Amino acid sequence: MSAAPAKTKRNTKAAMGPYGHVGKVVGELDDRLGVAKGGRVFLDKIFPDHWSFMLGEISLYSFVVLLATGVFLSLYFVPSTQQVIYHGSYKPLDGQWVSEAYKSTVGISFDVRGGLLVRQMHHWAADIFTGSIIVHMARIFFTGAFRKPRELNWIIGTTMLILAILEGFIGYSLPDDLISGTGLRIGYSIAESIPFIGSYLVTFLWGGQFPGTGVIIPRFFIIHVLIIPLVLIGLLSAHLGLLVRQKHTQFKGEGRTENNVVGSPMFPTFMAKTTGFLFMVTAATALLGAFAQINPIWQFGSYDASKISYAVQPDWYMGWLDGALRIMPSWELAFWGHTIPLEVFLPAVIFPGIVFNIAIIWPWIESRYTGDTAMHNLLDRPRDRPKRMAFGVAFFAMLFTLFAASSTDVLANFFHVSLNVVLWFFRFAVFVIPVICGLVAYQLCREMQGVHGIGKRKRAVIVERSAEGEYSTVPTAPRPDDEHHELDPEPVPVRIDIEPLNNGGIRQPESSPTGARQVSR
Amino acid sequence: MTDVDHQPSRTRVPMPVAALSDPHMGDAARNPDKIEKLIAAILFLSIVFFGVAGAAYWQNWSDWIFGGALGIGLFALGFGLTAWGKYLMPQGPFVEERHTLASTPEERDVMSAALVERSAVVVKRRKMLGGLFAAGAGVFTIVAAFPLIRSLGPVPGTSLETTSWRKGSVLVDSSGRPVRKNTLVVGGIMTVYPHDTVSALTGFITDEGQAVDQTVLIRVSDQPFTTEAGRETWTPDGYVAYSKVCTHLGCPVGLYEQELELLVCPCHQSMFNVRNGAVPQFGPAPRPLPQLHLGYNDDGYLIAMAPFDQAIGPGFWERNS
Repeated sequence: MSAAPAKTKRNTKAAMGPYGHVGKVVGELDDRLGVAKGGRVFLDKIFPDHWSFMLGEISLYSFVVLLATGVFLSLYFVPSTQQVIYHGSYKPLDGQWVSEAYKSTVGISFDVRGGLLVRQMHHWAADIFTGSIIVHMARIFFTGAFRKPRELNWIIGTTMLILAILEGFIGYSLPDDLISGTGLRIGYSIAESIPFIGSYLVTFLWGGQFPGTGVIIPRFFIIHVLIIPLVLIGLLSAHLGLLVRQKHTQFKGEGRTENNVVGSPMFPTFMAKTTGFLFMVTAATALLGAFAQINPIWQFGSYDASKISYAVQPDWYMGWLDGALRIMPSWELAFWGHTIPLEVFLPAVIFPGIVFNIAIIWPWIESRYTGDTAMHNLLDRPRDRPKRMAFGVAFFAMLFTLFAASSTDVLANFFHVSLNVVLWFFRFAVFVIPVICGLVAYQLCREMQGVHGIGKRKRAVIVERSAEGEYSTVPTAPRPDDEHHELDPEPVPVRIDIEPLNNGGIRQPESSPTGARQVSR
Repeated sequence: MTDVDHQPSRTRVPMPVAALSDPHMGDAARNPDKIEKLIAAILFLSIVFFGVAGAAYWQNWSDWIFGGALGIGLFALGFGLTAWGKYLMPQGPFVEERHTLASTPEERDVMSAALVERSAVVVKRRKMLGGLFAAGAGVFTIVAAFPLIRSLGPVPGTSLETTSWRKGSVLVDSSGRPVRKNTLVVGGIMTVYPHDTVSALTGFITDEGQAVDQTVLIRVSDQPFTTEAGRETWTPDGYVAYSKVCTHLGCPVGLYEQELELLVCPCHQSMFNVRNGAVPQFGPAPRPLPQLHLGYNDDGYLIAMAPFDQAIGPGFWERNS
């Protein structure tokens, strides 16, 4: 260019090209990073629409809430078991010896403005995080989404569940209150029960015999705020990366095949919906944090190894282990100067080990059983896989029974029966209930497969009598939502040669939209 | 799998511009007046509630007002955005082809060949170097484990089998007051510690004393009684002392059913009969609570005549029972 054009507004705008400032930013970024091609593909990415695909998003967004609220809490929490005298705004504790960890947690609750809300949001978000992972995992399991090629993501997800449970346990142990201190003592004894290495494990970790030399709270703190979150973020990135690379699964339906993805685009539709959902999940934790009290540690008092409270229970995701510990018979092995506390080691170490190992290798257990090594991008309807359904239902039924068994004492009080009756009930129930539930689930699946039109609403039928006395039936029109407008799946992102793009124009897809058409369900 | 999938020079055209005439726009999107106003109202509501939350913080109102306003505001904000996405933006079905992730057989062969053929001469035939490298890496791992693991804490040694109770330890309560013959009435219970672990001025000298040495002292009757053969002299004036650490999982055995003479662990409901040597009568605890041999010293204070005769608390591998 020899003569620079005059710097008028119009010329500047023209020089920017047809897309204005956005085009300029894209251009500048693309010059340096080459983002235009990949970025466009990302904006076009198709997400299938189904409510159950939202469960994993709950986990993701509650994790975001956990990070944000956790950063806030870490600014005030003091990870130390140093004993100090409490002088804060919670008067009932005034003048008592408490640990620094406990004092600072009570301080967050009463002396930091907005602190109680953030603390309760953090605890609620942790419960939602773990809970939504489990429900998300159940969805993956019952629809067969873990099958090839997604086994790796299944393992990553299961690992994240284990880490979430561990992170939760460590997190609620940090305040050093009476309940969590008791939980920590139980955790110590469980670790101690492992043959050969147990006693070394606990004295190394606690810095000596329980309660150790004051190192456990600082160590748990750094595990809780740095190590596990870091691993979780890494696994989460891999989880989402694999999701993008392998693309989302979808249910069978109009125009959906193993080789396509039918749904709505990333930009703007999915982005708007999912960002809105992030705010709604945050809103749920804020409302729970505001109105539903959780873990009021000021009522429990600072941890004192010689004190205990009635109806002591861990957080709900540890309940199944507590239940297993309660109903296990007292079988301690003692021989040749050694002891294996099977009454602890079996239910609290071996049993969860079996549970999580079955979960992790499930994709291979199933493919070995079915001989199915094909790629699967279409999901199963749970009823179409009665055996998997039966196993999964039995598995969850066992965990729920154990969870209920973690409140034997409360149940005995509530129903006015002896603790012995409750104990023996659960010792049988833990085996019987899963079998019954599995068989019922299997039979239900088989029945549902055979019923035509199941899941659809019945239409009313009008019976008319003519003047001659003849009866006739007239079906009514379908209800508004039963018959939906569905578009022909439109192959929008077709592939074409790159050359036409160099002409500068945006090409319309070669196949044009065909418009709406009625599809009856 | 088609050839098209493997041609990098090809690209895709963009989605169509979202025009209102696009059949992917729903009914609400084509006649957006009403729903747009509704969404606008919801988004405006969020701003109002964020304002309330700000005021609540500023005025230091209760956390539930602050949190409630924040929650409602966030919910409105999220709901508005989601509704905008659901009702006013183009909805599917759009179709995206799923391209096979797997490479062509030729590409696989090239990679396998690179791994196998390149290493054939220079790696596989240098077995000694490979072995030495593996040995070095292994030794490094073991050496690195010392600072990583061994430094964490002491080896257990006999620490798990011993407590601070010795012959002559005076029984004191948590404020250091010693126990005399008349301290407890029949049916009374208290937690006691060895005198040298509690200071009357500063409380517990070590955390461990509190957690490990805690012992429950019960006056079951006013006469000595026999909990087990060989322990005839262990219960002067009907006082009996057991380790308070449950043999199941180490919780303090903190509940005493006076009428049934049962010590109950609230964690997992193990029950120990105090009259017959704290043998577990119910629940998952595998062993009796260790009993402390009691007596009096010259000053008339209750003392331990001997340490516990076994490790207290839950079982572990080295425990010799």
